[in-house]
Amino acid sequence: MANSTLSNETVYSKLKEKFGEAISESQEPFDLLTVEVSLNEIHNVIEWLKNEPLLQINYLTLIGGIHYPENTGRELGVTYHLHSLIHNFRIRLKTLLSIENPTIPTITDLYVGANWMERETFDFYGVIFSGHPNLIRVLNEETMDYFPMRKEFRLEDGTREDKDDRFFGR
Amino acid sequence: MSEKLTKNEFESAGYLSSETIDGDIATLNLGPTHPATHGIFQNILKVDGEKILEATQTVGYIHRAFEKIAERRPYNQITTLTDRLNYCSSPINNIGYHMTIEKLIGCEIPKRVQYMRVIIMELARIADHLVCNSVIGVDTGALTGFTYMFQQREKIYDMFEEVCGARLTTNLGRIGGFDHEFSAAFYSKLEDFLKEFPALFAEFDNLLTRNRIFMDRTINSGPISAERALEYSFSGPNLRAAGVDYDVRVMNPYSSYEDFDFIIPVGSNGDTYDRFQVRQEEIRQSLSIIRQALDKMPEGPCHADVPDFFLPPKQEVYENMEALIYHFKIVMGETPVPVGEVYHCVEGGNGELGFYLISDGGRSPYRLQFRRPCFIYYQAYPEMITGQTISDAVLTLSSMNVIAGELDA
Repeated sequence: MANSTLSNETVYSKLKEKFGEAISESQEPFDLLTVEVSLNEIHNVIEWLKNEPLLQINYLTLIGGIHYPENTGRELGVTYHLHSLIHNFRIRLKTLLSIENPTIPTITDLYVGANWMERETFDFYGVIFSGHPNLIRVLNEETMDYFPMRKEFRLEDGTREDKDDRFFGR
Repeated sequence: MSEKLTKNEFESAGYLSSETIDGDIATLNLGPTHPATHGIFQNILKVDGEKILEATQTVGYIHRAFEKIAERRPYNQITTLTDRLNYCSSPINNIGYHMTIEKLIGCEIPKRVQYMRVIIMELARIADHLVCNSVIGVDTGALTGFTYMFQQREKIYDMFEEVCGARLTTNLGRIGGFDHEFSAAFYSKLEDFLKEFPALFAEFDNLLTRNRIFMDRTINSGPISAERALEYSFSGPNLRAAGVDYDVRVMNPYSSYEDFDFIIPVGSNGDTYDRFQVRQEEIRQSLSIIRQALDKMPEGPCHADVPDFFLPPKQEVYENMEALIYHFKIVMGETPVPVGEVYHCVEGGNGELGFYLISDGGRSPYRLQFRRPCFIYYQAYPEMITGQTISDAVLTLSSMNVIAGELDA
């Protein structure tokens, strides 16, 4: 980030030093440090970033899900955007999960505000946040039995012509 | 009674036993459709007399699956979805989204466009805050200020109409800038507004700010501490009312906000009165930013040179082969977009409004996620109203400015 007092390299090397193998990939799209963290360590990494006195990355901006159907074994992703208001430094963490067992530890114990963001991710992608106090759907109806943001639920092709207009009031 | 007692003070004074006032716990549905909620949200309150013991929110009544719909639409058609997030300040959403795409395609925006955007965004912020603050007045029983301020909001909408033809859901601007220059009528309306509004606004301020009844009603109603607000990922006026001076315009300046001189008001208690005051001061600061932008407005084109995204003038489409091709490609949504991943945020009416976009190079985003400040801070509502009275709950809800469209996406 332009006016940050921390640099991407500093944070990345600190992370790498502390967690080693768990930090597998790093990119800097548009100057935003993006690291991929292994499933086992994601909670520890976020906790460490929050409490490490030199970093103080302790504001949770956003949690979101993503689905890559072709990425066999690691189809679902959870992204965390974190922000250090002290250093004005932003970081994005990613964890990939298998769609067979999409379980990831919750971070509601670190950030109360993660509650609904995790519920939303569960609601739309079916990611199970273990240890979440109230993991139920938040925006969709409770009886829904599928996860609508997954890529297998394609949206209708806008150019199709085989629709029966009578059903659409036309 | 001019000061409210906390639950513990009540108990120690012997007014009530540890849990009850009259011993009967009732369940009350505040919403989903109730005039006091100003939108479609339901709160199931457990009340003991007037005192709230427990609250549970139900959200999602107007969920419209924008993130899913965005995965099929071409980039230039998604702007209309962003209108309907926080519909009290649609232009901020529109411009925030445009800036996200511009960041992705690496487009250089002329200084003039940035200043024009600042004017529009600050007008939208004023409109947004006016709605919120005048409605706090209504909820305390002061309807007069509301009627006056809504006339002023209409004037802002007149200006939006002059720029883009629409008033509420504006779809304002294009990727790369504006479709045309602001008209002379816009500038004269803006000058009139800047001349007339401050006096009327001061009158509105006089009605409420030092009004004993209003202060008694709002001070200590729905408070939250700075630490708690940060844990809940609050942003915008609600966070600033709690005492944290986080404003995206200052921390990560976009659209040349660094050129302007303005202050970020902060409160100390995080209660309804502080939220009201923070918004009042932000309106004044926004007026000052608009004045500065008008005075310093540089010369230049009203849009960037991005033929892939910015529709060519219609005359050229008829006469010029290249323009026709660009026109066709944009309208059919066949514009090439680079592969990439971008997060961009702006200071919306309610706080950090973020757009997290993943592009795989296709005609629509692979994933577009909105960081909707309402959705995030509305979580704290039960905590803020527990132990307070029902009338405080209504005030807290309106002073947090929870907008159903933004809450439910």
